[in-house]
Amino acid sequence: MNAQTNLKAAPDETFDLGANPLRELNGALHKAGVETNARRWLVANPNGRHAVACGINAPLDVTIAGHVGYYCAGMNQQARVIIEGNAGVGVAENMMSGFVHVKGDASQAAGATAHGGMLLIDGNAGARCGISMKGVDIIVKGSIGHMSAFMGQAGSLIVFGDAGDALGDSLYEAKLFVRGTVKSLGADCIEKEMRDEHKAHLAEKLKAAGLEGSIDISEFKRYGSARRLYNFHIDNVDAY
Amino acid sequence: MSAHNNVPRTLPRFSNTFDPHTLSEIRRAAATGIYDIRGAGTKRKLPHFDDLLFLGASISRYPLEGYREKCGTDVVLGTRFAKKPIHLKTPVTIAGMSFGSLSANAKDALGRGASAMGTSTTTGDGGMTPEERGSSKTLVYQYLPSRYGMNPDDLRKADAIEVVIGQGAKPGGGGMLLGQKITERVAGMRTLPAGIDQRSACRHPDWTGPDDLEIKIEELRELTDWEKPIYVKVGASRPYYDISLAVKSGADVVVLDGMQGGTAATQDVFIEHVGLPILAAIRPAVQALKDLGMHRKVQLIVSGGIRSGADVAKALALGADAVAIGTAALVALGDNDPSYEEEYQKLGTTAGAYDDWHEGKDPAGITTQDPLLSARLDPVKAGRRLANYLAVMTLEAQTIARACGKSHLHNLEPEDLVALTIEASAMAGVPLAGTEWIPGKGGY
Repeated sequence: MNAQTNLKAAPDETFDLGANPLRELNGALHKAGVETNARRWLVANPNGRHAVACGINAPLDVTIAGHVGYYCAGMNQQARVIIEGNAGVGVAENMMSGFVHVKGDASQAAGATAHGGMLLIDGNAGARCGISMKGVDIIVKGSIGHMSAFMGQAGSLIVFGDAGDALGDSLYEAKLFVRGTVKSLGADCIEKEMRDEHKAHLAEKLKAAGLEGSIDISEFKRYGSARRLYNFHIDNVDAY
Repeated sequence: MSAHNNVPRTLPRFSNTFDPHTLSEIRRAAATGIYDIRGAGTKRKLPHFDDLLFLGASISRYPLEGYREKCGTDVVLGTRFAKKPIHLKTPVTIAGMSFGSLSANAKDALGRGASAMGTSTTTGDGGMTPEERGSSKTLVYQYLPSRYGMNPDDLRKADAIEVVIGQGAKPGGGGMLLGQKITERVAGMRTLPAGIDQRSACRHPDWTGPDDLEIKIEELRELTDWEKPIYVKVGASRPYYDISLAVKSGADVVVLDGMQGGTAATQDVFIEHVGLPILAAIRPAVQALKDLGMHRKVQLIVSGGIRSGADVAKALALGADAVAIGTAALVALGDNDPSYEEEYQKLGTTAGAYDDWHEGKDPAGITTQDPLLSARLDPVKAGRRLANYLAVMTLEAQTIARACGKSHLHNLEPEDLVALTIEASAMAGVPLAGTEWIPGKGGY
């Protein structure tokens, strides 16, 4: 099994989702760090199951050897979760802390409403990436779909590729950085000047993801809220 | 009509179409260019529980002694899948209302009153405060589209989780909390800048439709190790289909909120013109549960205009397992109390009609974040008033149930009811009083 994963050492526990119920896996992960000393977990045969490794609240290292369905690593706290495949809707939704790494592509609503931690997606992410994000840092090495960062409240969304339609619609205070093209900006989202402090912010996030020096920071553009819709005004009615 | 003759004059006559309120709204709209925003629920006259009567026992039914024979009131919610269903002493629960829309003292008082009577209270859009968790023995944690303040620690502290799809005051609409009430604490809990007009999303960010909802509910169960009952709350609009889909999605409990249900702030046009009165929604919801073989297995909580033990008894007789109160609970705490009449007058309204809850100027200290106004509400005394009110509602419902010969509130049934109007008869599916006629049934 190790040969198929990036685990550098044998896991403390291997859980075969092909032979055992999901409820047992998540129950065991919730107890790990409390009732056991097992820190390094390998989940074999995920086969697109939903809600894999959700609700962890311990500094575990969990590698999932394959594709996962909806809500993998949902509400994660502290854990480092590596998905060696693609992830379905809402990967790392409402994450509070920790690190989630999707080696393949991610579907819609990746990192939705997440409050903290980091979500790294090696491939592309679908529509609504970072929707209602509340403090998470999301790095997508590919491109993102339409309506990404919709109502984004806090945190950073960093995209190496392109962004689809209506980026940052109704944005609050989330910070958006896109290296490629943006098909269109959503209501109240504008391009902003990329000053030195923003370059430093971007560099810091890339360093935290282990991507320091892998890409030229000067190629990114910064987008944020124009803050015109923060208080309702009849003159802005066409924007609502 | 000339003033120079002696012909009697007719009295000035207001139009029923352009009545004084309508005229004032046209003038307000013309002056401001923006729709009217207010709190509370619909104010229009609607078919309601007042249009139903109970048939007390006589020769064909035996009544129970009012003060001697037992009449149970308890209810267990979440028996379908949850490892830890919740057991309440009374079927009258407190509906979801947010910290933000309500003061911390008001939330505290709701928890105290509900806990004293052995029932549950519910969080709202904005997360769980330590005050309400501390004062609420049984607390339902709402899972809303905005996910403000949502976190797994609070999820695990909750006794049940309520996935909110919509509410009766505005089915299809999201929340709204205007800048006056977004204090530093409220803003911090919601990760928003202070003072902005906050608009909550009307759809959940990471699922769409019943198939996704089923997966979302599975995630919530996995997150909490299948312990907590999962409620699904909908505003009354297409109750047969919405309840069917909620059950299909795996809900333990469904909550159905009629258009009389209140809101902290929404457009008046939304409150008054979207959704169904609760009387029209219960029967199709119960029918959906029966058609799926899930009546009494998936519990039904109804809300929207519940005011008395009679309303509770009627809702249960129509097939609900429990009810929830919001506006009535706020009134029990002190909302719209005539003792503040002078201050209501200064706000351009009068006690009993005050509904500008979004402005945060509530003289009673309930729908406000102003520290001076909030301090007016003593959570201990207000909690006591709520407990008294809940006790009266429960006693009233028992009184009616015993008169109908029922040893438990859940033994009340549609056969105990008649309707006073054809509309109520058709909506509730019980006969028009003095007849065996139910519109739409028996070939009519």
